[in-house]
Amino acid sequence: MATLTYRQALNEALSEELERDNTVFLIGEEVGEYGGAFKVSQGLLKKFGPERIIDTPISEAAFTGLAVGAAMYGLRPIVEFMNWSFALVAFDQIINNAGSIRFMSGGQFNFPIVFRGPSGGGTQIGATHSHALENWLANVPTFTVINPAFPADAKGLLKSAIRSNNPVCFFEGERLYGIQGDVPEEKDFLVPIGKAQIVTEGKDVTVLSSGFSTHVVLQALETLSKENISVEMIDLRTIKPYDFDLVASSLQKTNRLVIVEEGKPFAGWGAQIAYDVQHLLFDELDAPIYRVSNLDIPNPYNGKLEQEILPNPLRVIQAVHNVLR
Amino acid sequence: MVDNISFSEQVHEDFKSSALAELPKEMRLELYKTMVLIRRFEEKSSQSFMQAKIKGFCHLSIGQEAIAVGVCAAIGPEDVVITAYRDHGIALARGISPKACMAELYGKSTGTSKGMGGSMHFFDKNKKFFGGHAIVAAQCPIAAGVAFAQRYLKENTVTVCLLGDGAVNQGVFHETLNLVSLWKLPVVYIIENNQYAMGTEIHRSTAGLPLVKKSVAYDMAGMVIDGMNVEEVRKKVLEAANLARNENCPVLIEARTYRFRGHSMSDPDTYRTKEEIAEAKKRDPIALYSQLLLDQGVLTRDLIAQIDKEIKKVIQEAVQYAESSPEPDLELARKICFAEEDSIEPPQRPLYGLIVD
Repeated sequence: MATLTYRQALNEALSEELERDNTVFLIGEEVGEYGGAFKVSQGLLKKFGPERIIDTPISEAAFTGLAVGAAMYGLRPIVEFMNWSFALVAFDQIINNAGSIRFMSGGQFNFPIVFRGPSGGGTQIGATHSHALENWLANVPTFTVINPAFPADAKGLLKSAIRSNNPVCFFEGERLYGIQGDVPEEKDFLVPIGKAQIVTEGKDVTVLSSGFSTHVVLQALETLSKENISVEMIDLRTIKPYDFDLVASSLQKTNRLVIVEEGKPFAGWGAQIAYDVQHLLFDELDAPIYRVSNLDIPNPYNGKLEQEILPNPLRVIQAVHNVLR
Repeated sequence: MVDNISFSEQVHEDFKSSALAELPKEMRLELYKTMVLIRRFEEKSSQSFMQAKIKGFCHLSIGQEAIAVGVCAAIGPEDVVITAYRDHGIALARGISPKACMAELYGKSTGTSKGMGGSMHFFDKNKKFFGGHAIVAAQCPIAAGVAFAQRYLKENTVTVCLLGDGAVNQGVFHETLNLVSLWKLPVVYIIENNQYAMGTEIHRSTAGLPLVKKSVAYDMAGMVIDGMNVEEVRKKVLEAANLARNENCPVLIEARTYRFRGHSMSDPDTYRTKEEIAEAKKRDPIALYSQLLLDQGVLTRDLIAQIDKEIKKVIQEAVQYAESSPEPDLELARKICFAEEDSIEPPQRPLYGLIVD
């Protein structure tokens, strides 16, 4: 085990996979000379050269579409968005092309492509830069959506995503890059796509989250444990397809569910999970499911107000109290 | 990979030498026949659409056959072709069977895209036909990406991307030209300028005409060609492809043409006069070429009749094939959503939306 930041873990994943397979390349704004706007790709240009670490103009639609075409021809592109919010400029290429061409061609073309970058709010950069687009992308039938919370998962899941033959939308947390954690060192360390993990075992209530929200839940847990509330905390890691079986086995024990997701509430991924749970596990539930998401307001610049709008420990605690009432 | 490269180089040598010499008679007949095949295929599609056997959208390329045929005759089988939604002609010229094309229009599982794509989304990976793209200009960066991959893999192949005149006002077209010029990718963009973006005449949609001038801003080679002259299309596209292939010089071609039918089958064609269409039809690419070949003794009236008969049979067989082919089912639709995961643990993917008892 090595202690790495989330950023370093991602950097190792990129480096190892670039090393392993020379059809893998990284493309995006400032990924090369600058070392990545958030330094995730630092050092890679020197190691792999400008043929494989490709700086682009500020031209998201073109370089995203270019990566889609390269994938159709057999390469394995990793597209870095400096911020997932900027991917909105390239949505036609992401959704219509990366998302639909395999299907529309009757399955002839593979899309081994990873779209990745920081996502979410909380850094006071205004509504246009603070989207959590996980649910938007999870709405595309052919996409896999990943949102790791810890350095080890960031590394193991990014490696799995790069090795996947299907398009993966990989959401990193802008607020997570600096957090530290233990990361296995073996070169073939992979975290399987579609598998959640139990962070803390408990018996009173299941709290489900992913990415930065998992850390919000951890903060809430400090208070809840003082109140002697036993929380089974599940970190989803992969949002789509999500690990229904683990959620189900936890609910058989706790019979109560709170879902914490960053993103606007309407048609969020938590709504799908809540639907599935009430549909398939109706008899297991002792209380209505609660969701903690953003409030339905664009992210403001003001820091205090933004924290009020994002999922925060106070609202998680409130939801847990409500579900136990 | 090495075998592929040597094979494609040989192909390109053959193409280069044939560009210098007079076209052989067989090739000229082939160009003629392929244009007739496209014309008859489109006429039949139109009929089947009117009979409601073909649904959705159906964009015909009648009048634009010389571009499809000239382009596909200018590149080798290892090169890649990609186009917009008016794709039947290019697909046929690329050698995709009329049966598979017609079956796709009929939405059958034997179609080019197993009935999942329809008229606007033909694909054939083996024939290096990368689609059939229905969002205007969306194929432009894909073509750049294929060209990027061709160079990344150190091949000596090129990509040819067709687009309509309406596509030049999309942002992604300009972004893409900037990238391919900056990175000197082996790609040729061919604007099929039929003068109408759907129903909007080009002077109402586009500043800075002629369209070829768009190449200047991005420091690309630009060419204007007569899109009604199949041999000229072939010759100029060959030159452009060689520039892209051998000189790292992407090219933008404006091919002047005219669509004799409406934008799609549902277009009443009220935005242009009958006189204008009649005038354009005087330069029907098939009539022009058959006259040339008759004058030069390559074609005879008998041969024309024989070719017509042959093609009629091909089209009839295509329709029969399409009509008798099976429909795709939900199982197939579900199966093709994802590629097999062979190097990671394959995730379980439930079919969300299904009601489970």
